[in-house]
Amino acid sequence: MPDKKAARGGPRDDRGALILVVDDFEDNREMYTQFLRFNGYRVAEAVDGLDALTKAAALRPDLIVMDLSLPRLDGWEATRRLKKDPLTSQIPVVALTGHALAGHEEGARNAGCDSFVTKPCIPADLEAEIRRVLAARPGARGGR
Amino acid sequence: MAATAPARSAVVQAEARLGLAEFLLTCDDLEECARRSLEWLAEYAGARAGACLAVDVEHTRLSLIASHGPGMPADFSVDLEDRAHPLVAAAFGRQAVTLTEQRGDRRTAVPLGRVPILAQPMYARVGRENVPGGLLVVSPPEANSALVEWVGSVLASPLVRLGRNRSLTEADRRIRRERTLLDAVPDPILLTDPEGRVLIANARAKALLVAGEGESEGRRRAVALNNMLFSSALAQTAIQEGGRRELLLVDPVEGSDLLFELLSTAAPDTREGTALVSILRNISDLRRASEEIEENYRRLRIAEAGLDLIIDSVADPILVTDPAGALVMMNAPAERLFSVRGSLVPEHGVRVQANDAHFSAFVSNLLFATEGERRRGEIGLVDPETGLPLPVEAISGKIFSEHGEVTAIVTVLHDRTEEIERARLYEELKRASALLEERVRQATSELVGQNELLRRQRIELEPASAAKSQFLANMSHEFRTPLNAILGYTSLLLQGVSGELGAQQERNLSRVDSNARHLLAIINDILDISRIEAGKMPLHVSSFPIPALVQEVLAELEPLIQRSKLSVRVETARKLRPISSDRAKVKQIVLNLVTNAIKFTPSGVVTVSARNDPAVKEVEIAVRDTGIGIKTEDHERVFEDFRQADNSPAREYGGAGLGLAICRRLASMMEGRVELQSAVGQGSTFTLTLPVRLRRR
Repeated sequence: MPDKKAARGGPRDDRGALILVVDDFEDNREMYTQFLRFNGYRVAEAVDGLDALTKAAALRPDLIVMDLSLPRLDGWEATRRLKKDPLTSQIPVVALTGHALAGHEEGARNAGCDSFVTKPCIPADLEAEIRRVLAARPGARGGR
Repeated sequence: MAATAPARSAVVQAEARLGLAEFLLTCDDLEECARRSLEWLAEYAGARAGACLAVDVEHTRLSLIASHGPGMPADFSVDLEDRAHPLVAAAFGRQAVTLTEQRGDRRTAVPLGRVPILAQPMYARVGRENVPGGLLVVSPPEANSALVEWVGSVLASPLVRLGRNRSLTEADRRIRRERTLLDAVPDPILLTDPEGRVLIANARAKALLVAGEGESEGRRRAVALNNMLFSSALAQTAIQEGGRRELLLVDPVEGSDLLFELLSTAAPDTREGTALVSILRNISDLRRASEEIEENYRRLRIAEAGLDLIIDSVADPILVTDPAGALVMMNAPAERLFSVRGSLVPEHGVRVQANDAHFSAFVSNLLFATEGERRRGEIGLVDPETGLPLPVEAISGKIFSEHGEVTAIVTVLHDRTEEIERARLYEELKRASALLEERVRQATSELVGQNELLRRQRIELEPASAAKSQFLANMSHEFRTPLNAILGYTSLLLQGVSGELGAQQERNLSRVDSNARHLLAIINDILDISRIEAGKMPLHVSSFPIPALVQEVLAELEPLIQRSKLSVRVETARKLRPISSDRAKVKQIVLNLVTNAIKFTPSGVVTVSARNDPAVKEVEIAVRDTGIGIKTEDHERVFEDFRQADNSPAREYGGAGLGLAICRRLASMMEGRVELQSAVGQGSTFTLTLPVRLRRR
């Protein structure tokens, strides 16, 4: 399946990509999932940091949308672990936070996040960001 | 024997005569000549004793030169005037005579004549004259008279010659001594002949009246003048018998006038004629001294008059007391204290007496003190007129005569009232100053205490401030999470994710959407202001060009511009240099200003212009619109929190009314400012002014 997507290429072709949405607030998680599925993405969900690590390792998604304020294991630490694990280190992480204070973005980037989006973020804007990050991936993902 | 003896004696006599004659020719000592002659006579002429007497050069005395043998005196002299004296007579006689003792005859007192003696006169040939040279005396008279006569003839010549030499030497010495004496006299002394010619002058007189060979012309003239003056003075003295005259001469060396008193005395001299002895006594100094005394006296009188004035003009009382303690003199200020003159106050007299008693006590202390010439102390006097106490400082000094006796005591009194008052004021000042110092110290310690309190409060507040920031951050997060859902689901619905919507549904959902966005804007603005006020909004200074920033703003606002149907223009100066500032904040301000301009302009043009002012190193970004304008009295109010110009909650035009307040705060953070120019109906111009180079903090 990933090979098929990679073969399609281009932004529109990423719509079959598997996106792991990590958010403890069900309303938000559901909302993004709905919108992404509506737009042709495949979506998996995780409710906290540990769940995210497990799902990421199991499913090896094309991209992870990571809320930073999470129970059990927060987004920063989860991202750090993902980026440390060779199995998951290549997966782009788009950080999502409701905290607008300076330092959050920097902390997220230091943890290894590839992109940073501030809430409120309407689904369409998030989808645009996902598209941008997927397009910016170096080379084809075919080898994985 | 008898035959040979005379023969031998003849030979011997001849040799002896030759020896004596040679000796006398070469010897230049008078006594030695005489002594050798007498010894010779003793040996060869049978003279047991002998004496030689010589006539002195002046022909006044016949004196013993030498003697030999018993009965001859060591010293003898007789006046030649005494012609009756047998020796004198013998000396002037033609030939040798025998003198015998004659009892009772005065002349037998001749000490040479205790026994009969042979007296041989001696004559020396000087020129053509036979000059009597002296007398040769031998005893006994039976001695060989022929030999005696011969000795007398050969001795006469050296006797006269050497006698003259000796007397010349002696006279010379005497003259030199007299000359020295004369020269030592500081007054000029002269001996002049009746014609006024100088015969003898001592050194001082020579200096005045005799010109030396190498003298200068000036001195010669002075000497000539002096001679003339001296001669005429002498002539007048001669006329006015025995008169004393003053004679003014010129000092040839100094050129100064010298005044002399001329004393002339005639010195009768039978041989040389009457000469005149003149003594000049220098009275120049006397004259000068007397003149000086007169001058000093005159000055003294002037000074005395002046001194009185001066003493009177001194404000401090001055008193002069005699050694007995009686007041001799006082100046005017002293009189006021120690005199009752012309006073109408009855107590005046008593007060003056009291003052006098104090003063006398003070002065007598100094008078009876054997040591010390001065005394300094305080006297408590009273002002005679007012009766007020008058503390004075008194300084007394003894005045001594040449002989060291105290002639007077001078006392100066110095009023200490002012001094004491000053000291009192100074003390007061010191007390006041100490008080002030104490208060300052208290205030300072209070201040320190308050500072400490403030410091503690600040320490307590810091966590509070941090807590506030944390609270705001949390609030923001808590607000955003539900808003995220509201906005997200609304957009899902609007985009038809949940199925197609009817026109009414879509319109209603749009209302939800816009109000939710408005709420988000308000939350963002509040958060911004809180962060600025909490100092939690750091500056990120970088260098960037303004035109690109303006373009970026316009691009972001493109949907809004499209809807407004306004014409938006950009005017940026060609040579606009990049500025150093916080790009994100500048952009936020410009975005806000342009958004406002668009919102409040129903129709027309919005112009964004940028230019820099090199003179003040500032950049101006102005946003001008053709909108509704703002009343002058509202110009400041639009920058206040939650305000719009109409003073109503900002509903009509949307927005929280925090935009300009934030803009102003942000501009201020970047050392810039936002200003407004506007009038109702004339549109508005908001100008952001920023330094070209913002100092990095």
